[in-house]
Amino acid sequence: MAAIDASTHMLPRPVPGAADGTAQHPPSPDAASGAPVQDALEGVGLTAARKRALVLGVFVAVMLLWHLLVTSLDVSPLIFPGPVSVVQALYTGLASGEIFTHGIVTLSEILAGFAIGALLGLMLGAAIGQSALLEAVLYPYVVAFQTMPKVAIAPLFVLWFGFGMASKIVITAAIVFFPVLANTIVGLRSAPRDQIDLMTAFTASQWHIFRMVRVPHALPYVFVGLDVGIVLAVIGAIVGEFVGAQAGLGYLIMQRNFSMDAAGMFAILIVLSVIGLVLHAAMRFVARRTIFWTDTHSDLSRGS
Amino acid sequence: MQALAERPPTTTDNTQAPVAFAFEHLHKTFRSKDGGTVTALHDVGFAVRKGEFVTVVGPSGCGKSTLLRILAGLERASSGRVLLGGRAVSGPTRDVGVVFQSPVLLPWRTVLQNVLVPAQVQGREPATSLARANHYLQLVGLENFATKYPNELSGGMQQRVGIARALVNDPLLLLMDEPFGALDAMTRENMNLELLKIRERTGATIMLVTHSIPEAVFLGDRVVVMSPRPGRVTQVVDVDLPVQRTLELINTDRFGAYVSSIRANLNASGGLD
Repeated sequence: MAAIDASTHMLPRPVPGAADGTAQHPPSPDAASGAPVQDALEGVGLTAARKRALVLGVFVAVMLLWHLLVTSLDVSPLIFPGPVSVVQALYTGLASGEIFTHGIVTLSEILAGFAIGALLGLMLGAAIGQSALLEAVLYPYVVAFQTMPKVAIAPLFVLWFGFGMASKIVITAAIVFFPVLANTIVGLRSAPRDQIDLMTAFTASQWHIFRMVRVPHALPYVFVGLDVGIVLAVIGAIVGEFVGAQAGLGYLIMQRNFSMDAAGMFAILIVLSVIGLVLHAAMRFVARRTIFWTDTHSDLSRGS
Repeated sequence: MQALAERPPTTTDNTQAPVAFAFEHLHKTFRSKDGGTVTALHDVGFAVRKGEFVTVVGPSGCGKSTLLRILAGLERASSGRVLLGGRAVSGPTRDVGVVFQSPVLLPWRTVLQNVLVPAQVQGREPATSLARANHYLQLVGLENFATKYPNELSGGMQQRVGIARALVNDPLLLLMDEPFGALDAMTRENMNLELLKIRERTGATIMLVTHSIPEAVFLGDRVVVMSPRPGRVTQVVDVDLPVQRTLELINTDRFGAYVSSIRANLNASGGLD
């Protein structure tokens, strides 16, 4: 126990997220607050229907304001397009199948990179979480690798793995890896000392303690890592495509940039946001189902 | 520092019962953060017979929890011996059930699944374990809560799950480290009564650590009084009160006399400051 206690100090708390400095909130089992925004609205005494109406109203107002500003100030659509031309570009892109074709490529890169990065993070995290020695030996390299901006390494990956999907998958995996790893390590060490002692007193083996106590206690943390990871995966794939690609939404953005198609770029940004939101929501859904015993885990992934 | 084995307990009829566990010249020192050493236990020695309920009372820092942890095999003594069922304790054994101050239940397991944890890690036969788990859940009055999750239970109920869990393998010895310390006064009194009932029905040998003198007198056949700096046994009191204990007992003069004598002893040894 003493060794584990001592080694925990080597880990920064709260765990830094990733390249963009995203920081997660460490889970606090006692905190019972829901999403603060919702609570704030409920505090005002709004019904669900009125709340939806309010959200929709604000959206319409923002769109209207955007449209009025762009038209009244006579901004060139080459520099800042209005909402109408963005929706038009989105429709054309979708109807022609262009966004879909490139979107599939990017989504595949995101999912494959996420799967590989998360798996590596989980495995190495489990190893380091169990052994203070491994942490002392390996963690400095992990942190050193993490401090290198992935955008800066991306050209090398393209050089090594080519202009196809492989290099993007590697970059995405490299970005996803760290938040999953760091949260797995902290999570595996989050089990209360009393709980471990109790299991030990019942003559439980290290394997039993790992499987029955440490892993379930780690899950809320691991899902924070996965949630941050899935959102960062979108960035990873786009960064890879910017450096050099033949297909993908990032490639499409660059192409439209060259042809001064600002509205077309806005359209892709919207698509990317939707992909990120859907993946994030899917992860939250899985997390809620898996760690059913705590209702605070949805709080954990804010800030991503 | 009295050797208890030489002093037969007076209130229990198990004077002839074999020794369940014994401490012999036990010392325990810790290395403190500034490099010095702290003596947690100094020459502790007493023996407890089978079926006896012994309580250990003392202020924080007197080493009473360390004593329990050594008996549970969670810590090693620096010198001296701990005998459990005639054998020296060198690590956790299957013969011991443990209850801590916090119930530390696994929140993703139901009440029944929590009670089954010790049976599972020891690879006991599932059908017999299940029967025993249900039996002990009934004993602690939670037979209707078997499928609930811990967060649906009150603190007192959670601690009762912890007690059922400690008993599920029919241990020879039940170790309790301030098991009711986190409960409110009324729940605590009820839990004390329940514990005496459990003791009566199981015949288990129990060592309970507490910092409440009345609780120690109320529960114990014998009270081991400990003082800090260094942690040592200053007094062992045979509690000559009726075996059937009720809450009214607390208001009697004899009960009060035990409590004040122990308090005086702790004051004299610098235990309470």
